[in-house]
Amino acid sequence: MSLTTGPAVPQAAVDKSPDSAGNSGRARRGRRSLSKHNLTGWLFSTPFLVLFGVFMLFPIVATLLMSFTDFGARNVTRPLEAEFVGLDNYTQLFQDDKFLKALFNTAYFVVVGVPATIVLGLLAAILLNNGIDRARTLFRVGFYAPVVTTIVAVAVVWRFVLDPSDGLIASLASEVGLTAPDFLGSETWAMPSLITMAVWRNLGTVMVLCIAGLQAIPAEVREAARLDGAGAWQELRGITVPLLRPTLLYATVITTIGYLNVFEEPFVMTQGGPSDSTLTVSLDMYREGFNFFHMGYASAMAYVLFVVIMGITVLQLRLLKDNTR
Amino acid sequence: MTADTATKARTPRRTGRVRTPLLYAIASVALLVMAAPFLWMALSAFKTKQDLTASPPVWIPSRWTLDNFTALLDQLDMPQYFLNSLIVAVLVTVSNLLFCSMLGYALAKLDFTGRSKVFAIVLAALMVPGNLMILPLYVLMNGLGLIDTYAGLVLPFAAGAFGVFLMRQFMLSVPDELLEAARLDGAGEWYIFWRIVIPLVKPALATLTIFTFLGSWNNFIWPLIATNDPDKYTLPVALATFANDPNRTVGGGNGMLMAGSLLVVLPVLAVFIVLQRHFTQGIATAGLK
Repeated sequence: MSLTTGPAVPQAAVDKSPDSAGNSGRARRGRRSLSKHNLTGWLFSTPFLVLFGVFMLFPIVATLLMSFTDFGARNVTRPLEAEFVGLDNYTQLFQDDKFLKALFNTAYFVVVGVPATIVLGLLAAILLNNGIDRARTLFRVGFYAPVVTTIVAVAVVWRFVLDPSDGLIASLASEVGLTAPDFLGSETWAMPSLITMAVWRNLGTVMVLCIAGLQAIPAEVREAARLDGAGAWQELRGITVPLLRPTLLYATVITTIGYLNVFEEPFVMTQGGPSDSTLTVSLDMYREGFNFFHMGYASAMAYVLFVVIMGITVLQLRLLKDNTR
Repeated sequence: MTADTATKARTPRRTGRVRTPLLYAIASVALLVMAAPFLWMALSAFKTKQDLTASPPVWIPSRWTLDNFTALLDQLDMPQYFLNSLIVAVLVTVSNLLFCSMLGYALAKLDFTGRSKVFAIVLAALMVPGNLMILPLYVLMNGLGLIDTYAGLVLPFAAGAFGVFLMRQFMLSVPDELLEAARLDGAGEWYIFWRIVIPLVKPALATLTIFTFLGSWNNFIWPLIATNDPDKYTLPVALATFANDPNRTVGGGNGMLMAGSLLVVLPVLAVFIVLQRHFTQGIATAGLK
């Protein structure tokens, strides 16, 4: 300890001795450098850890504690006066039709949205990586641009695209004599519309990941397969997908986590309507917390979602890892 | 032998020739679908009221006008929102660059007791959904009197786990011999970090800069919660408030909304196009581990 706090010159002198004595064994050198860097290591870690502790760890623990209390409108400025109610929030949650519907809607979003995003992202990557040489940047920027665009701007445009009276799809449909449904105003169509928008917005991320993965596959492997007479489909199934498995796993996990958390799309497009048909768990939590100040109840919701996300992530990692063996 | 290699070389080229135009056609249609909403937004921002409400809709303005932009700047304090977004994004980015590379350096290059535990915390933090924390975070910020302040907008994002992970991955590739040599010359750890390691990981810093800046610029839910005073609105919050304002006039209002969206998207898109190589490489690096 005293060595690290001392001035730089004697420290350097101490450093020199084991090295000038030659390789005096890995273990001993390791132990020496361990004590040498102890204080420095912690000094370099402290700023992050302080911010992490105050703005992440504390809120995570606080959410858990809040979920066992009646913290809400009555005592919103005095959290310490909230009363402990045990598991009441949780039992109430699973009798709450609105929450169950939100849970169902979120599952719907994930079950349809994740495969669509992964498949389209992968196809876009294959297309842009193997077939396109010219204007490559244009294509990649075009496919990726929705990812980096503010959700509010996206919403403004998509509201127009989906508008039933003079929207883009409605007018295209009327040109060919069809009538487009009221996408965002219909209980059947609202969710598929939001999922389409999310897929449009997120497939660029999957695409970029897959392009990086594809470029790591040696060209000889592909050529060998082609010489053996493999068609495009066989090449995809037999080579591309198996070799991209780690990338696809990562993409699936982050997309699933993102869609389980889905908040912005329903918030800016439908506010959860019509008739709660696009109410997701995150949106329900936001509303219970910030519109109705049912902080304890909303915290319980956040934790149910957290547990679901952790469970599914672990399950995905395990399932997909086993497949590679 | 020679005939054999000739056919080998020819086969892929020939299939390539047949497939390429078709692939370009598919890719162009897909690109058009992906870009259509943006094109519509950009073109509508320059339309007159008549063009905006025309049925069937017109894509190209029959008369180009800047009225939507002037009306928008008239009704909304766009420079203020722009400044708010910029201040928050710059502060978030600078603090992430500093704190994440510091911890990244410690995790990659300094052997200290508890290092593996600190790294485990970083990895766990990567998986925690952001929405989990917003309720107590709001209570905390409210208690600290930081609602409607830049500090309240910046602090929750001042050091992200992703940045640490990214910096650590890049710094692992800096050769230990280089650092040992500097230590032998009597250099302190801060000097080594600042003068040797940081210049070597510039590509990673560029990646982190773009990620963090864009993330902050586009962040919506937290600024929405953490601001009540319109003077502290960021661009997305101001735009959403305007979009949901029932008093917004129908025809011209939509044009203003498109103009506003364009103003929010353009800087980001420009930055992204210029730096897209780093950006996509960064995502790839993070994904491949």
